[in-house]
Amino acid sequence: MAEIARREPALEGRACQGQGISLSPAAPASRLSLRAPEASLAGLSQALSLDLPRRPKSSATKGPRAALWLGPDEWLVIDEEEADLAAICAAVPALHSAVDISHRNVGILVSGARAEEVLNSGCPQDLSSRAFPVGAASRTVFGKAEIVLWRTGEEAFRVECWRSFSDYVFSFLEAAARETS
Amino acid sequence: MTQPFRIPAAGRLDPQKVVRFTFDGKSYTGLEGDTLASALLAHGVHLVGRSFKYHRPRGILSAGAEEPNALVGIRRDEARRTPNVRATVQELYDGLTAVSQNRWPSLAFDVGAASSLAAPLLSAGFYYKTFMWPKAAWERLYEPAIRRAAGLGVAPHRPDPDRYSNRFAHCDVLIIGGGVAGLSAALAASDAGARVILADEQAVPGGTLRFEAGAVIDGMPGWEWALAAAAELRSRPNVRLLNRTTGFGYYAQNMLGLVERLTDHLATPVPDAPRERLWQVRAKRVVLATGAIERHMVFPDNDRPGIMLASAARAYLNHFGVAVGSRIAVYTAEDSAYAAAIDLRKRGVEVPAIIDLRQDPRGPHVEEARSLGIEVLAGCMVVATEGWLRLRRVCIASGEGWRRDIEADALLTCSGWTPAVHLFSQSRGRLAFDPETQRFLPGQYAQDAASVGACNGTTGLAPTVAEALKAGADAAREAGAGAGGARNIDAHSGDAWSAGFLGDAPAAGRMAFVDFQNDVTAKDIRQAVREGMRSIEHVKRFTTTGMATDQGKTSNPHGLAIAARMLGKPIPEVGLTTFRPPYTPVTFGALAGHSRGKLFEPTRRTPIHPWAESQGAVFEDVGQWKRAWYFPRSGEDMHAAVARECRTVREAAGIFDASTLGKIEVVGPDAARFLDLIYTNSWAKLGVGRCRYGIMLREDGFIYDDGVVGRLAEDRFHVTTTTGGAARVLHHMEDYLQTEFPELKVWPTSVTEQWAVIAVQGPRSRDIIAPLVEGVDISDTAMPHMSVREGRVCGVPARLFRVSFTGERGFEINVPADYGRAVWEAVWAEGQKHGACAYGTEAMHVLRAEKGFIIVGQDTDGTVTPGDAGLSWAVAKNKPDFVGIRGLRRPDLVGSGRKQLVGLKTTDRRKVLEEGAQIVADPNQPVPMKMLGHVTSSYWSENCGHSIALALVQDGRERDGERLFVPMPDGAVEVEVTATVFFDELGERLHG
Repeated sequence: MAEIARREPALEGRACQGQGISLSPAAPASRLSLRAPEASLAGLSQALSLDLPRRPKSSATKGPRAALWLGPDEWLVIDEEEADLAAICAAVPALHSAVDISHRNVGILVSGARAEEVLNSGCPQDLSSRAFPVGAASRTVFGKAEIVLWRTGEEAFRVECWRSFSDYVFSFLEAAARETS
Repeated sequence: MTQPFRIPAAGRLDPQKVVRFTFDGKSYTGLEGDTLASALLAHGVHLVGRSFKYHRPRGILSAGAEEPNALVGIRRDEARRTPNVRATVQELYDGLTAVSQNRWPSLAFDVGAASSLAAPLLSAGFYYKTFMWPKAAWERLYEPAIRRAAGLGVAPHRPDPDRYSNRFAHCDVLIIGGGVAGLSAALAASDAGARVILADEQAVPGGTLRFEAGAVIDGMPGWEWALAAAAELRSRPNVRLLNRTTGFGYYAQNMLGLVERLTDHLATPVPDAPRERLWQVRAKRVVLATGAIERHMVFPDNDRPGIMLASAARAYLNHFGVAVGSRIAVYTAEDSAYAAAIDLRKRGVEVPAIIDLRQDPRGPHVEEARSLGIEVLAGCMVVATEGWLRLRRVCIASGEGWRRDIEADALLTCSGWTPAVHLFSQSRGRLAFDPETQRFLPGQYAQDAASVGACNGTTGLAPTVAEALKAGADAAREAGAGAGGARNIDAHSGDAWSAGFLGDAPAAGRMAFVDFQNDVTAKDIRQAVREGMRSIEHVKRFTTTGMATDQGKTSNPHGLAIAARMLGKPIPEVGLTTFRPPYTPVTFGALAGHSRGKLFEPTRRTPIHPWAESQGAVFEDVGQWKRAWYFPRSGEDMHAAVARECRTVREAAGIFDASTLGKIEVVGPDAARFLDLIYTNSWAKLGVGRCRYGIMLREDGFIYDDGVVGRLAEDRFHVTTTTGGAARVLHHMEDYLQTEFPELKVWPTSVTEQWAVIAVQGPRSRDIIAPLVEGVDISDTAMPHMSVREGRVCGVPARLFRVSFTGERGFEINVPADYGRAVWEAVWAEGQKHGACAYGTEAMHVLRAEKGFIIVGQDTDGTVTPGDAGLSWAVAKNKPDFVGIRGLRRPDLVGSGRKQLVGLKTTDRRKVLEEGAQIVADPNQPVPMKMLGHVTSSYWSENCGHSIALALVQDGRERDGERLFVPMPDGAVEVEVTATVFFDELGERLHG
């Protein structure tokens, strides 16, 4: 039978290192767009082995898996070990919609002492630790692209954008990272 | 000495740090820390420009951002030529090259100045009166001539090579202005732990402490205190101090625009440093500490080089160590100008007289001036000045009638200070007129802001500091920061301030300028009133006062006062013109920021794009997407390539990248009910594994989007949309779910980019994909036209559709995007065995038009119903509701006379119509002709052997076989109305 096609991620080979800033594409991960009403959250949380967050701008993490709150009934679930998230949710009888978007999104890791200001070149949100602490996540904009922004550490963020916008987002971040002051 | 007007030991610049520059080709030296203006003045150069209308010689008026006269061009290289730079704010760097503007052939001898002789003809409103007739001449003759004559600088003719940056920021307290008020407020606010941003337009904060010689703060000279305060602020982690940064716009909800100039002061800019950075700051509280702007006196010939603002002369002396003349007179109606005379006299400069418009000026400053031997001429005014390229003589008249001339090469004037309320006004705050001091001051606030110091009408150092400390502490507390310790700053100054004077003195003659940059005189303002202008807004537009790049910073109150006096009304009743952003000019580069070139707009590419690129595909823009348009082989033009691609698809097969197609996964137990409401078709009975073409309408009954929908499971649909409609269809669905059908248990999720889509179309399509497909029986019986299966293609999970947008047997392979390219290449390799080709969007358009398939947005334009498009079969007859159902019943949508989609065949088979061309019944009727409709799609059809077109024609379907005409510039084209299907009318090829 046919051999298995080679996977060619967007942003393959791209990277940017500057003073106080590092940009790199995240490794492939499985992703789910999860929509569900309040009543289904217990069952889904149990199946996913993490507590789906209820608070705006927040996330929950368990090992390689994280759920980012995007709206009152919407989460972005990311598993860095590429677990079959759709299959996990398919086993939950409670009402929900789980759609595989592993390839729709591209992750970009932004880290370093200047990460906040580089992101603030295109993202209008207050990204100070006070307003956007570690674990905070939000669907927002970067320049003219929609992104999901997730703070994974004091000086580390993960940007998720749609595949065809990844070149624009990465190039914009590179331009901001190049600034010397 | 090479800089004859530099006073030894005066000022704060280091005489060892010499910097070279040129002005109009002549070499000069200056000192590090100079502005271009101060360096020129150190050489006694006052003449720097020509005025806008009369080309009168003009000198340096000010020492700051309000400068109306000293506008020059700065040239770094061929591409970096900045016009209209204010010499008073341009910092000097080694090698700076400046040129004067608005003069020909030279600054000293300008032919344009002859227009001065014609000044009576160029009076207020002359644009409106003189060039009225004939109307056509305005565009062709007058406007170009006026623009050439009245140019202010020359725009660069090459693309801007510099980089610009953007930064969004948030803070508790944003302070605009780094004078003593702004610094004090920043100290108090940051004491309390608030996140503070302080923006100051100068290279070094300090504001008027640059020239206030007598200021003592915390036991230090004012300037030293300012440096120490700035250093302290800079050392605090909760403070960001931005130098060379102008707050230019105050927008809604405490959003302010600042522009930071990063390299314009450097001899060799750091390559990666942006030239400017735009800051968009959202502040919880704003403290405006923008100071006040000194006004000149309005008197005849008050614009000669050598006549300048008193505070400017003081700044040039006390900060830059430059005397602005060797014999300097002062003309004032305000106390503060005395300090300039006193400082100059103390430095050994001759000051023959202070001419004071007031009858009886008193105070220690008057006594001190007299004690220094300066004659104080009270109750006097300047009635004329002499000197063409430089002031020579000042003519004085007293109230008692005597006249006297004084020799002087400089005249300092001050009629008072105008609070800089620009940002306050932009914030929609209401200004209040203070009749006692004749000033507009901040009245009612519209946003969370406070004004402190001179911009709030507060005069005197100690009250300013006290007010600013309180405002800073209050702002921090209100923003939620803690309370700071009660900071006290001891401050005192010998400087005196008084209300000053507005308008012109009674003696004003012809050329008494109110607005220097636009050459508006007191007489012009009066004339405007005489000609019926009553509101200051009308006076402004009639005379152009306040409309130049300086926006009337020095002139507006004078103009207003003259108009008010003429009208016999109090100033507030005449009104105040609106303050609009930007406060000072902002470059387009700063506003564009990173959004230029590649980053101007996201360019979206499919996973298969690199393959198409390697094959030499020509791309077209479809929204933000790049799509392969056609794949020319060597020697082929577009026509030949498209003809070959179209032929190959119908003879063998074609492979097409359809990844940009919008895709939405609709999931939930109510998914079919929801689609029933969103589409005109019925979905309940669509079996799992089957597809249907659907149309969605807006409420008004017109077609909104279309596409094929496949049912993957009872509760899961794979919806496709047009490429351009993907985002709005998703929003349309979300909108209706949230507002109209919230009870439905269903969610739409965009999967456009999850799947790469490879369309394989043509008689050999099944043979091509067969070896690559696993787990799906793709025989005609198992997988007929309009079906969908999930399985594997090339070993990866796939959604396989049997659909056709060409009329041929066709498949669309959906695989996860990262596998798109590898699967495409595998399909391509198989395709090669069967004579298939890759085809682009142009061939796709032709092939679908041969079958009469519409493209929403091309054959529809938002006014086309399903009935108009011949798609009534897709509208369910017995559904109780769907979006657009009532719209479709509107009488004008069901009556006759609607434009309907038909086919057109040209009598000349080879003639291809132009899309958008109009259609008429009789090409010989008189103009305006009755137009029956227009061509929506038109192509050469290789497969039909003739041109084909689709058109919207009034009652088109009743006209089958009728001859109509398409009038074109080179004659009318005869066409025959036909059905919309041109190829394989029975649709037999779909099934193989």
